[in-house]
Amino acid sequence: MSTRASTTGRWVAAPLVPRRAGVLRRLGRHRTATAGAAILAAFVIATLLAPLLLRHDPNEANFDRVLQRPSAAHPLGTDQLGRDLLTRVVYGARVSFLIGILAVALSAAIGVPVGVISGYQGGRVDIAVQRVVDLMLAFPGFLLALTLISVLGVGVINVVASVGLATAPTYIRLVRGVALSIASQVYIEAARAVGVPEARIVRRHVLPNCLPPVIVQSTLQLGAAILTAAGLGFLGLGVRPPTPEWGTMLGEGQTYLFSSWYIATFPGVAIFLTVMAFNLLGDGLRDALDPRMKLG
Amino acid sequence: MSSLSHYVLRRVGLALPTLFGVTLVIFLMVRLIPGDPARIIAGVQASDEEVTRIRRELGVDRPIAVQYARFVGRMLRGDLGLSAVTRAPVLEEIGLRLRPTGLLALSSTVVATAVGLAAGIVSATRQYSVLDYLVMTVALCGVSIPVFWLGIMLMLVFSVHLHWLPAGGYGGAAHFVLPTLTLAAFSIAIIARMTRSSLLETFNQDYVRTARAKGVRRPAVILRHALKNALIPIITVVGLQFGVLLGGAILTETTFAWPGMGRLLVNAITARDYPVIQGVVLTFAVVFTVVNLAVDLLYAYVDPRIHYG
Repeated sequence: MSTRASTTGRWVAAPLVPRRAGVLRRLGRHRTATAGAAILAAFVIATLLAPLLLRHDPNEANFDRVLQRPSAAHPLGTDQLGRDLLTRVVYGARVSFLIGILAVALSAAIGVPVGVISGYQGGRVDIAVQRVVDLMLAFPGFLLALTLISVLGVGVINVVASVGLATAPTYIRLVRGVALSIASQVYIEAARAVGVPEARIVRRHVLPNCLPPVIVQSTLQLGAAILTAAGLGFLGLGVRPPTPEWGTMLGEGQTYLFSSWYIATFPGVAIFLTVMAFNLLGDGLRDALDPRMKLG
Repeated sequence: MSSLSHYVLRRVGLALPTLFGVTLVIFLMVRLIPGDPARIIAGVQASDEEVTRIRRELGVDRPIAVQYARFVGRMLRGDLGLSAVTRAPVLEEIGLRLRPTGLLALSSTVVATAVGLAAGIVSATRQYSVLDYLVMTVALCGVSIPVFWLGIMLMLVFSVHLHWLPAGGYGGAAHFVLPTLTLAAFSIAIIARMTRSSLLETFNQDYVRTARAKGVRRPAVILRHALKNALIPIITVVGLQFGVLLGGAILTETTFAWPGMGRLLVNAITARDYPVIQGVVLTFAVVFTVVNLAVDLLYAYVDPRIHYG
């Protein structure tokens, strides 16, 4: 990290956060990241156009056509209630993406401010926060989400709360580390020396530098959150039926595995592709935001 | 006292408050649910006498600190209460399932470490080769695949179609193959990635160049000079993986009808059997904390440069 004196004589942070255009250009040249973005774009477009493209209602049961194999009328087959699986998988993207985005937003909303205060402030506040984080990390991640859902009960909001709270400690750790290293920089000392208010230092110098790792972490975390939520759904502890959610569909499908392989297979493909896309994009963003690393 | 044993004591001393914190979380967990804690713990079908008994046991009229102290006291004596469903002692319920889960976690850790290390070494020594790309692609799939879906797909191929392996249940070696592979997949991928990047870093070090220059054979350079020094981040990852593995075990056990603690927990959550939920969560947290402790102590053994001040 470097500092430079501007012509006005004030110390300003060197642009540790690369300029946005540069990041996007590097990201565009990153082949695997582009592939990840393309997969995600395809999912988003399919979900948005779903009402126009698909003839069925995701929750419309039809007992004349239960457990039908994939065919022209039902490209991915039908489930035990005769619902069209393609429709449910596409609408399931809405539910899974929504849960993922909200859960990550919740984690970040808790983790970023707490992490910044903990790392920048230091002292007793930091020690207290770190003890709580240690405590939360004493529970393996998925177990923490599962424990929370056992207290809160099932439903979309509770899945978001459980997954979001369970991943908050990771954010606190990450942001604290960055804030800690920035707090000891010369330009922070300089800003203090010329009387810049603490709140302004945090806003202008600490937060922007925390942003790149938070963006990378959030992208990777989106995949992880969708995976965790699907895991809860698979155990029957996710959203309430009949809401089409990939994990729940998969769990229901396992019952019919011996006769109807397609019910459990396709929602799993959707989860797999989504999580992989977020992982590819996250890795790409990390490379793009950290120019010292080589392009993959 | 040597500095090493001092370090061990200090590190154990740090783990104890965490464990007490864990008991506090587990205690408060039930109190956060709206309603009468005695009735929540007794379960839905409990008789009024049963609820009264538990209310007396909990001492709900006492200050919350006293209630917590009694909770910890009973726990230290091995009394985790009775299951609200089976009425059997929770400790007994857990005892029955400790072995299947332990064996599954152990076999998966061994497979994940062996395969992950081997794949990482192959990838690093042949950087940018077809093999390297192949390993890294498979690893990417490994970190993205839902563990329960992988289990179901393996079951579909090897049990439903090929009839090679049992589709679930607990028994001989054949029953271990699919659950172990399923549970190990994610860890294999993570360990392979970490081994590769960690090894590639040590390849650039002076001592590796020196060893090569003085004519040490390639396998010896890789294993004795490079890998040994790449071990610290790898051990960290193996340790961290253990937590992921315990979480994955819950899903794997449910997929394969494995009679372990994970399935016990899921069934308990579905039945709102809070004494069992508390007991299993406690056991998982204790095991995880102890493993983390063991990993920290292992650093001291692997890397003599670490100071234990």
